[in-house]
Amino acid sequence: MAEGRADTLWGMADVPSLVIDRVSKTFRVPEERTHTLKERALHPLRRSRHEAFEALKDVTFAVERGEFFGIVGRNGSGKSTLLKCMAGIYGVDAGRIWCNGRMSTFIELGVGFNPDLAALDNVVMNGIMLGLSPREARARYEQIIEFAELEEFQDLKLKNYSSGMYVRLAFSVAIQVDADILLIDEVLAVGDASFQQKCFDVFNQLREEGMTIVFVTHDMGSVNRFCRRAILLERGEPVVLGEPDKVAEAYLELNFGREVHQEADGTLSRLGDGAARITEAWLEDSAGQRWAVYSQGYPLVFKARVAFETRVDDPVLQVTFEDESRRIAVVATTARECSRSGRFEAGDEAVFALHFDNYLSPGRYFPVASLARSSRAMDPIDRYPRGLHFMVGGAEAGGGYVDPPYTATVERVKGGLRDHVEAL
Amino acid sequence: MSSVDTALLGQPIRGPRALTDDWGRFWHLTYNIARNEFKLRFFGSVLGYVWQLMRPLLLFGVLYVFFTKVALVNKLHGPGNQDYGAQLLGSIVLFTFFGEATGAAVRSVVDRENLVRKIQFPRLAIPLAVVLLAMFNLGLNLIVVLIFALIEGARPMLSWLELPLIVAFLAIFVTGIAMLLSALFVHFRDIQPIWEVVQQILFYASPVIISVDTVREKLSPTLVHIYMLNPLAVAFQQFRHAMITHGTPSAGAVLGSWGLLVEPMLIVVVVFVVGFWVFNRSARLIAENL
Repeated sequence: MAEGRADTLWGMADVPSLVIDRVSKTFRVPEERTHTLKERALHPLRRSRHEAFEALKDVTFAVERGEFFGIVGRNGSGKSTLLKCMAGIYGVDAGRIWCNGRMSTFIELGVGFNPDLAALDNVVMNGIMLGLSPREARARYEQIIEFAELEEFQDLKLKNYSSGMYVRLAFSVAIQVDADILLIDEVLAVGDASFQQKCFDVFNQLREEGMTIVFVTHDMGSVNRFCRRAILLERGEPVVLGEPDKVAEAYLELNFGREVHQEADGTLSRLGDGAARITEAWLEDSAGQRWAVYSQGYPLVFKARVAFETRVDDPVLQVTFEDESRRIAVVATTARECSRSGRFEAGDEAVFALHFDNYLSPGRYFPVASLARSSRAMDPIDRYPRGLHFMVGGAEAGGGYVDPPYTATVERVKGGLRDHVEAL
Repeated sequence: MSSVDTALLGQPIRGPRALTDDWGRFWHLTYNIARNEFKLRFFGSVLGYVWQLMRPLLLFGVLYVFFTKVALVNKLHGPGNQDYGAQLLGSIVLFTFFGEATGAAVRSVVDRENLVRKIQFPRLAIPLAVVLLAMFNLGLNLIVVLIFALIEGARPMLSWLELPLIVAFLAIFVTGIAMLLSALFVHFRDIQPIWEVVQQILFYASPVIISVDTVREKLSPTLVHIYMLNPLAVAFQQFRHAMITHGTPSAGAVLGSWGLLVEPMLIVVVVFVVGFWVFNRSARLIAENL
């Protein structure tokens, strides 16, 4: 192998770790599964019909050395199939995959673990599976156990391990096999938050040491936090390849985008005296584009088109954004800045707009707009009920309602208690 | 991929395969799968090895009592039935190896679905590990057979050196069947009951209970020839001849000449090649078809 590579690109530093070149994969799903020789013998002439399911269509990308690369997509989008093709578990029907370096896969925790054996045997077995020699695996055993924090439990059979201990052991083996490329399926969802953090710390460290990490997930948070680039798959086809936030947005768009026009309004009846009607309400970005998902930190505009039936003086538009638990996150009105909006006659139309800097925490929001007469705020003309919604996408979820930009400082206070003590 | 000239990337990866270029890993895998299983059986219960030995010994006990005390098979046919007990036990132990390896191989790949679908490794390691495990057991059981033979009056012979050849011959046959069955079982789940019946047939179609001498007396030469085409018959008979007593003829002698041993050997080779071909062909798709 080594000599064969001398004249190839792999020797150079800037060669990608993985190259996926126009890869397609089709599963043939038999319509009627014949599972026995008997059936085959009784119906020798019946051709079993197959339905072709295209799991991957013409996927092309490259992962650079030392890159943290994400593969995202909804259930059934082909992301795990792609990973398995890269891992050599599935053969591809078309296209080619190049892999530069030793690969460790982490598609499921503890593949080959036997619950009736103790840690050592399982570590050796798993290590061999991942490409170590038995001697190397044994030499690394101490390290592995130490990282997994299982020193006290190493003589226990695996069946007596808690699921957390199991995960830790499996993970420790996978990262200790000296691989150049680590492929990870959504396995880390298993561990608790602190272990996940530890995993990602390790990934970051490994990446700095030059390891290439490819992982499959649908947790956009980790994509945003860790990946340098990501690819979004939908029905086996690449949709977006690039920066994680772009991919995350496209993913949310895919997930929720198509619902935007489906949900009929009408959960609340429209109140008001009918002097005017809000004919349409929507959100858009600063460029006037409408999306299902808006990035946190960017301008967000709420607009409502109003058709007047009779004369109205100085109408005011108010909008509330409710979150999924129906808590009101934002109330905004045109009354403050445009209290004198003017007189509108029957047949007139107007567009009311409210401009926000979007610091809402990521999630789904439901705007409810109402139009009122300015003089008497409680005198509604029309109400555009729940039925409209949008997503906020972003990585900086602090956990609160809103994520306003902030800065932080730490200053030491002179004259603290210790200073006093020292002065004495 | 316009930025990278694919011609310079070397060989693209190959999909799942039965074998690998890395023979060291292949062997370590096979050996360790077998070793772990063996360890589990050996140390898994208090009696460990005794249980492992129980099955052939119990079968032996039943057959021995029945055929020497009731059916009096051993008294019937002179020199060929000398040391009948040891001959019977030897055949049973060899047959246990055959039955255990092929029987466990049938389900082996499907039962290790978790492994096959989650990790890349040479698929052939699975059925081979099953055969290897059965060979570990065979090794231990053969010790018992030899002890029994010595007790019954057999004495060490130069022909004991044939043992590795006999075991190798049988092991190649077993491996061929193991590859074939484990690959077929992925598609045809009724292979298992079918194979159990075939095993029964092979048990009676080999010199286990009835010695070759009896078979020769009752059957026409053509039928004896066909009987001896069965690789199990060849292995068992040669074992009885070489290991227990020269009173019973060698496999070559039963066939008429040593040269005719080529026929059962050819069958073994064909089974092995077909088994490998079928397994190798389906290895690429096993992960998807499970």
